Amino acid sequence: MEEKYFGHSVLRKEGREKVTGRARYVDDLAFPEMLHGVTVRSSVAHGRIRDIPFGEGIPWGEFTVVTAADIPGKNEIALIEHDQPCLAAEFINHPEEAVVLLAHADRYLLEEARRAVQIDVEPLPAIFSIEESIAKRVVLYGKDNVFKEYHLEKGDVDAAWARADVIVEGEYRTGAQEQLYIENQGMIATANPADGVTIWGSLQCPYYIHKALITLFGLPGEKIRVIQAETGGGFGGKEEYPSMIAGHAALLAWKSGKPVKIIYDRAEDMVATTKRHPSRTRHRTGVTRDGKLVAMDIDFVIDGGAYATLSSVVLSRGTIHAAGPYFCPNVRVHSRAVATNAPPHGAFRGFGAPQAIFAAERHIDQVALAVNLTPEEFRRRNFLHKGQTTITGQLINEDVNFDGLLDRAFRESDYHAKRERFARENPGEAVKRGIGFASFMHGAGFTGSGEVYLASVVELEATREGIVRVLAASTEIGQGTNTVFSQIAADALGISYDRIEIARPDTGAVPNSGPTVASRTSMVVGHLVETAALGMKRTLVDSGLLCDACTEDEFVRACKRYIDTRGPLRSRTQYEPPPGLFWDDKKYSGDAYGTYAWAVYVAEVAVDTVTFEALTDFVAVQEIGKVIHPVLAAGQIEGGVAQAIGMSLYENVVWREGRMANGQMTNYIMPTAADIPPIRVFFEEQPYPFGPHGAKGIGELPMDGPAPAIINAIENATGICVREIPATPEVLMEALTAKAGALV
Amino acid sequence: MSESVSRINIACRVNGAPRRVQAYPMARLLDVLREEMHLTGTKEGCGEGECGACAVLMNGAIVNSCLVPAVEADGMDIRTIEGIARGEQLSAVQEAFLECGGAQCGICTPGMVIASVALLERHPHPSDVEIREGLAGNLCRCTGYQKIFASVVRACEATSDKRPGKQ
Repeated sequence: MEEKYFGHSVLRKEGREKVTGRARYVDDLAFPEMLHGVTVRSSVAHGRIRDIPFGEGIPWGEFTVVTAADIPGKNEIALIEHDQPCLAAEFINHPEEAVVLLAHADRYLLEEARRAVQIDVEPLPAIFSIEESIAKRVVLYGKDNVFKEYHLEKGDVDAAWARADVIVEGEYRTGAQEQLYIENQGMIATANPADGVTIWGSLQCPYYIHKALITLFGLPGEKIRVIQAETGGGFGGKEEYPSMIAGHAALLAWKSGKPVKIIYDRAEDMVATTKRHPSRTRHRTGVTRDGKLVAMDIDFVIDGGAYATLSSVVLSRGTIHAAGPYFCPNVRVHSRAVATNAPPHGAFRGFGAPQAIFAAERHIDQVALAVNLTPEEFRRRNFLHKGQTTITGQLINEDVNFDGLLDRAFRESDYHAKRERFARENPGEAVKRGIGFASFMHGAGFTGSGEVYLASVVELEATREGIVRVLAASTEIGQGTNTVFSQIAADALGISYDRIEIARPDTGAVPNSGPTVASRTSMVVGHLVETAALGMKRTLVDSGLLCDACTEDEFVRACKRYIDTRGPLRSRTQYEPPPGLFWDDKKYSGDAYGTYAWAVYVAEVAVDTVTFEALTDFVAVQEIGKVIHPVLAAGQIEGGVAQAIGMSLYENVVWREGRMANGQMTNYIMPTAADIPPIRVFFEEQPYPFGPHGAKGIGELPMDGPAPAIINAIENATGICVREIPATPEVLMEALTAKAGALV
Repeated sequence: MSESVSRINIACRVNGAPRRVQAYPMARLLDVLREEMHLTGTKEGCGEGECGACAVLMNGAIVNSCLVPAVEADGMDIRTIEGIARGEQLSAVQEAFLECGGAQCGICTPGMVIASVALLERHPHPSDVEIREGLAGNLCRCTGYQKIFASVVRACEATSDKRPGKQ
């Protein structure tokens, strides 16, 4: 197949609409007679609803008011478990839980009305930390607050300690992080018993909402239609929470008989919607004196918040990534997702892996130190290689070349010279410079048998004019779905990029190609696009209308002739797992992912002992199969690194009784153009046979490595061992002050 | 908004054309543009002047339209993202964002394009520091800013190339 577009930076498919401001996001849409909707939320973390008094001075008769009693189907956000209500009916389990919905045509009056609804709650004791949850001070879920627990064991860890010369222990923590897409969440709904429910919104996964609304309304699937508007960023934040907003908008529309739009403002979006799971990881690692890993015992806990939502799956990915890209014959991971009275934590780029990898890569530096090896040398002695197995027993059958990635990353960052120079120059300097790195991997696609269960479908359809439309539920949320699918389809069909159209994700018109998550869109769905495109071409060739090496004009003529004589020209493909992939759901062992992207990231810092500003350079080297689109691929890495820099150094969610206390962009600080250092991105390619042209998934990878690389660099610069992120300037100042005090 | 406050007439020029609208004096310019004039290219990201998604040019100066009361727009010359291209002809900044990957999800893009236009008017050949400072009022969560910096540099080169005396 000729690669006319694959590997080239063609213009973003919907780029022109975006740079001119013509792209239509949900808040840019308006319908005749449309009402606005708002959500009245609980102010307490845990309690029983006694009464909901509606205040005086509001013309309540003009309002549509919805409570749990108005729900036609089940009061549940259908996802994995069945514990999360759409509207709290009797119990409140977290601050900002939705209780009442209001709709009115006048947004200003609506805001006054929202403030006039009191939710009178009898408070109950609440828990706000992993420790309080594990101690079962209050039991919120099941018998022990545990949403999900995994026990992974490879080899015999208990027996292996005896062979270790040195045992190193450490505890590491990561805080919550807000996705902070710049477009706040929003939905518009129309709903009535005759036509069913239709949703337009900012979302990643149309079929998640489809499923949730079937349950909420008790309607058959064909009565529910979900359409994606242009979406201003997701990062996981628009994976599961949009089902909640869609449900709310639809309930108001159902009751009022009019279209209803709910758009969150920034404060509501920040305090009420999901965030990255806070985590605590304990490592106990046995090594020989010559620096070989003998045993790893890892205890990984994430705070799931008040409802189960996606915590079990987030936990699963974190668990599998917890031991890093090293070979160790004896590994145990015990992991738990536990309940607290915070709003549910949810999907966020990396999905548990960044938390686990932060702990692993910080800890590996400590282990290296304990056996008097450099971080580099210790890793080189323990890297995972082809023919070895991961902690789930997955046999690595691709050439993993971590030594090569490390060499490249060190060359690009001038690591050795800088490490030597900083060590020499730092004493006596007010600005302490350091360089550190992390090596890591990220599994692409759904974990284990996930892709088999999803059984994703993609369809291509040609018009008489020779335009080929890609029908898939995979959403464009900025990452480049439309462009990548068009490149792949155009090359497979041998036609121009402009002849490919991407159908708007609409459950009434496109098959379910699965959710737009888990670094799966280019690799898994892109492969389906390629297969479907090749299938379409094969149909034309087999029907004698086209030869293999055709011109574009011949293709157009063949489409016309085919449709005129035989009817619609369509090609449909369903996911089939790569041969030989095996996963045991019960034992949680086998091939956790079809493949992994492998990476080494290097961070350079300059810690000013007065201002504590830090990062000065960043080098990201990764092996990603094949680069589909150099500009988009680098854009994914740069954006992910920037988001991870925020997670490492700036983005601190301040909790007060389970509620985010700094839910504004003025006091929750994400990196600006002035904060971000040069991010230098380098790709290594080693084609993965089951991705389109060999491409692997990369969307989440860049979220994993920056935090440990940066904190390792800070330790190299200052000698202080930070074990928790975000390491804000305040944290660094305290740690440095404490260190200076200890030296006096 | 309380009914005791009445709407006032506001006359301004928007993207070169005279416009008259009625609005509450303290309504946000952002809402007037989006709701009364249907210019939805200007976006709301935070509503408190932090993110710059709602940036527009007012008498040539960049402002966050979420912080500007409608009454202040009276008599002003306003330029929004809809007024940056000339018909179907993209401006150099828009072309550069398209080519260099400066736009991903696109929600910060209108504000980012406006900020870049304002920056290049102030500094036709901005240094790296000037680019970073010029765009520091506009938040982007997708790109890590690198491709946006590249877009500004490209736009600057493209503009220079078109100057008399250059090929």
